[in-house]
Amino acid sequence: MKKYIDQGKNDTRSGYGAGMTELGRTNPNVVALCADLVGSLKIQTFIDENPERFFQVGIAEANMMGIAAGLTIGGKIPFTGTFANFSTGRVYDQIRQSIAYSDKNVKICASHAGLTLGEDGATHQILEDIGLMKMLPGMTVINPCDYNQTKAATIAIAEHHGPVYLRFGRPKVANFTPVDQKFEIGKALMLNEGTDVTIVATGHLVWEALIAAETLENQGISAEVINIHTIKPLDDEAILKSVKKTGCIVTAEEHNYLGGLGESVARVLSTQHPTPQEFVATNDTFGESGTPEQLMEKYGLNNKAIVEAVLSVLKRK
Amino acid sequence: MTDREMKLKSVYLRKSLLKYIYKAKAGHTGGSLSCTDILNVLYNRVLNVDPKNFKNPDRDRYIQSKGHCVEALFVTLANRGFFPESDLETLCQYQSHYIGHPTKKVNGVEQNTGALGHGLPICVGEAIAAKLDNKTHRVFTLLGDGELPEGSNWEAFLSAYHYKLDNLYAILDYNKQQITGSNEEVMNTGSVRDKLETFGWSVKEVDGHDLKELEAALNNGPFETGKPNFIVAHTVKGKGVSYMEGNIKWHHGVPSQEEYELAQSELTEAEAEI
Repeated sequence: MKKYIDQGKNDTRSGYGAGMTELGRTNPNVVALCADLVGSLKIQTFIDENPERFFQVGIAEANMMGIAAGLTIGGKIPFTGTFANFSTGRVYDQIRQSIAYSDKNVKICASHAGLTLGEDGATHQILEDIGLMKMLPGMTVINPCDYNQTKAATIAIAEHHGPVYLRFGRPKVANFTPVDQKFEIGKALMLNEGTDVTIVATGHLVWEALIAAETLENQGISAEVINIHTIKPLDDEAILKSVKKTGCIVTAEEHNYLGGLGESVARVLSTQHPTPQEFVATNDTFGESGTPEQLMEKYGLNNKAIVEAVLSVLKRK
Repeated sequence: MTDREMKLKSVYLRKSLLKYIYKAKAGHTGGSLSCTDILNVLYNRVLNVDPKNFKNPDRDRYIQSKGHCVEALFVTLANRGFFPESDLETLCQYQSHYIGHPTKKVNGVEQNTGALGHGLPICVGEAIAAKLDNKTHRVFTLLGDGELPEGSNWEAFLSAYHYKLDNLYAILDYNKQQITGSNEEVMNTGSVRDKLETFGWSVKEVDGHDLKELEAALNNGPFETGKPNFIVAHTVKGKGVSYMEGNIKWHHGVPSQEEYELAQSELTEAEAEI
């Protein structure tokens, strides 16, 4: 299979920060807001270079969403920044009424998503945010896989008119996508062509899917790996084309199986091409404290879990 | 427009909003009557808005945070020429744009509102955007007193002070009643003036049914340079219809035919006395 090289571990939130730095230099309408998490969101360079276009709102996330909606009426492109938990659940009413229903061009940028936030535990480890956001009419939902892709996605969403939820994380992970790869919203990326099984992964699970595919190859199983960075709108065509070839599928995400990528894929398959599917996702649970590796192992969100899911789904073909 | 014509217009707007609420068999009657004079002054003496070119980027902004009192807003916009008043024959009906809360599908409406505690934060964003672009237009919102306990309002009070938004005007329709009872019974806010002054706003109190007082306050800002403006407009829920005034039943009540006719005749009498 095609080899992917880790160019050096880095965090996806730094990819966001780098994307914001570039937008600060190229798009005068971009403004940034933050609820007291400038360091966590890695946007200090944007602030240093564009102090007049940064608005600290303090720990007041509901107000941040309202202010962002108001800034769009003045023609600005606001990027809000806080943890994924406080970017979604805490402010769902503000997003639903004042942003999504009102078709506001707000970019909701959410760090520390999922279990890989680690030691801070369940209060901060949201595993329901993809579901919350994808249910909102008109909302685009993006979960990039590494530093390079998060940077590219940050830049791309400024050019897209409409509300966007951009989800990324805290830990340093493999950075393997090409540095100059253009980010196309809603367009899945084929990472490895295979014939026996399709693995569709998003976010941190994409790298794990590639490791799983190598393991499977050593067992004589040819896995097709697709990077679904955009969960809504979903690239139905890419998924259908792949399963028509492989006949079974595993979805992998750092999210509850309820409401996540897997359910979106299942909807496409059940209505257009019924296919055996296994879910690599959390099983309707909250998280806990631990290192990202310990938690991903315990909750079944790593390459080993993907291999097991593949072996299981192959039996159902 | 003369002061007398302004007074006549307030009566007309009350008669009109009652007419459409009666026809739709739905609406927020008491609260719409309490803010009618505020809306009349805003749209006919204060706001720089053009019904033929509403999207002018230099327009003054108005967002009605108490979105449920949409009937007062719709009749005021129609009267100001944003759309034909006859459009309101479809108020709250299937497939009508004139739904039970403000929507941008209606010419003149700046923002979809209805969930309480949303208007002020959005206005903070608009006021920041105006300052950022060195624009001189003003940003107004109308708050209901029942929505004051929403935490997002207090977050916005802080941020408007922090960003020195003296181009922002928050008007409180202070009729002191809400759906369940009096503000004091439901959630006692104590002295709104004291709280807002403590939060760093410049506060004026006016009779919310005195058109001259309202105009003087709304057109003579900022009250203090560098401070956001808060106008406590003392009003009466159900204002203008004797049996509705101060009676909580009319928060969401729709008059019967007999009640409707009595309301219209009272308003016609009031008109004759102007």
